[in-house]
Amino acid sequence: MGSRWTWRLLALPGVAWLSVFFLVSFYAVLAVALGNQDTLSQPVPFWNPLDWNVGYLLDVLRDIVHNGPFLTVFLRTLAFVAIALALSLAIGYPVAYFASRRAGRRRGWILLALIVPFWINYLMRMLAWINLLAPNGWGTRVLHDVGIERLFIALGLLSSRGGWLDGQQSTVILALVYGYIPFLILPLYAALDRIDERQIEAARDLGASPFSAFRRVTLPLSVPGILAGSVLVALPMFGDYYTPDLVSASTKTNMIGNQIDQFTRQGSEKVSGAVLTMLLSLVLLVLMFYYLRTTRRAALETAT
Amino acid sequence: MSRLLNPWGRPRWLVAVTALYIAWSILPVAIAILFAFNNGRSRTTWQGFSIRWFTGATGSVLHDPALQSSLKHTLLLAVMCVGLSVPLGVTLALGLQRWRGRGGGTVNTLMLLPLVTPEIVMGVALLLLFLRVFPSLGLGTTAQAIGQVTFTLSYVVVITRGRLVSIGREYEEAAADLGAPPRDQLLRVVLPLLAPAIIASAAVAFALSIDDFVVTQYLSSDASTTTVSMLLYAQARGAPTPALNAIATVALVITLATLGLAFLVYRRFVGGAEAAVATALEM
Repeated sequence: MGSRWTWRLLALPGVAWLSVFFLVSFYAVLAVALGNQDTLSQPVPFWNPLDWNVGYLLDVLRDIVHNGPFLTVFLRTLAFVAIALALSLAIGYPVAYFASRRAGRRRGWILLALIVPFWINYLMRMLAWINLLAPNGWGTRVLHDVGIERLFIALGLLSSRGGWLDGQQSTVILALVYGYIPFLILPLYAALDRIDERQIEAARDLGASPFSAFRRVTLPLSVPGILAGSVLVALPMFGDYYTPDLVSASTKTNMIGNQIDQFTRQGSEKVSGAVLTMLLSLVLLVLMFYYLRTTRRAALETAT
Repeated sequence: MSRLLNPWGRPRWLVAVTALYIAWSILPVAIAILFAFNNGRSRTTWQGFSIRWFTGATGSVLHDPALQSSLKHTLLLAVMCVGLSVPLGVTLALGLQRWRGRGGGTVNTLMLLPLVTPEIVMGVALLLLFLRVFPSLGLGTTAQAIGQVTFTLSYVVVITRGRLVSIGREYEEAAADLGAPPRDQLLRVVLPLLAPAIIASAAVAFALSIDDFVVTQYLSSDASTTTVSMLLYAQARGAPTPALNAIATVALVITLATLGLAFLVYRRFVGGAEAAVATALEM
């Protein structure tokens, strides 16, 4: 129906919108990061790439090479995301496995319970923990009574009794797990759900023990889902600033997102903030395109 | 070991891990909702049941000016976001689905990128755009709505395209064979068939807008552009009253009711299996 131009015309408003508010706005980050600032340290963007000034970028890179504070924040972010991701997988994989392959008649209800947190405001979920982990909160009392508080203090993960919200790295990491794990479980569920039961049966028929059938059939077949889900939660974790702000409120747990937020939204070092945003985006672009490529391939496979 | 991972049994430890996970993910929020009904000023000590933080004469959701203003602004942005992102997204989905020749792949990637871009990157980018490229628009309600549309648009496109794929082209071709001009094929055949997807994507856009925090915060200007999410961020660590839990509960009920209603409508139009796919796509 219609000529090919009818359809392109129909797509035009959406394409124009994304071009201005996504592409041009990202170009604004480059123009500011590679621009200059005036005497009031307001950014002066350089729109022409021929004028670009790498001075502020070099300042940040020099800091990183010379073991400066930016490197500390970058490495801390990497460690937080890695640990939170590992914990999320350790909890999320068994849950997704059970929900997709073992839940039987209760599957619909379990799936609903896995989806609901997805649609509860992230900040409300953090508010819930802030109330629970207050010095006299219910959560603090339970953690004290069952001995977890003592265990955390003994392991050096908590500095004082009831001090869960006083700038503890462990609290930030656990809050990240709580915040993002629903976004990991659903892709894992979808990947495990796609595995053909007959492949596992074949392995069993050929003499594999249940454990080796899992290790050599189910687990390898779910690796694409593990990778896609991990990327999907790692990306927002790398850009998080509100979780550390809310459950720690200490510079000792600052992530790269906090640094960017302090420079751009709160503070007046927008040029350095734009440089950090640009560097973060460049690193994450690899992950973003990896995710888009794998999901496109999965879509093509299911279509054929 | 064999009991542990028996592919045909139902290992108890898996049941236990799943049950514990679900309890851990839901209980804290349930307790936060419970404290919205606390008959006292504490958010950590239970002092009896009351709805004073919802409807009481002072400091309640219904009567506190700051809470009222944030709730109204949240809903205003949600309506603006739905009103802009649904038409833009549906037309973009139609265009992309039938795109022949060069450029389709690039536009498709551009459409998907906002889904995987960390929100702080979009926040900073849009902040600099409105400060340096559109200073006349500036920050505030318009900027916030534009920012929200920029990332909800992709969800609308993905949901609409899913429905377009499942409809196929037969109905349109039948209409064409019967002599309907292209305009009528689109308006009288394709659009009515798309109704479930339009309802679903409107609900998703509405919910995403209400729950959004980063982009909305970056593009806010003064106190009048504070949303419920921003209020939660600003006050969670202070010493406010259970009214904060109450307003979060109100926003949660609005979000879940919208999504639930849209799901029911969608299921009436489309089979259960496809509705389940749509729910999965809402990710």
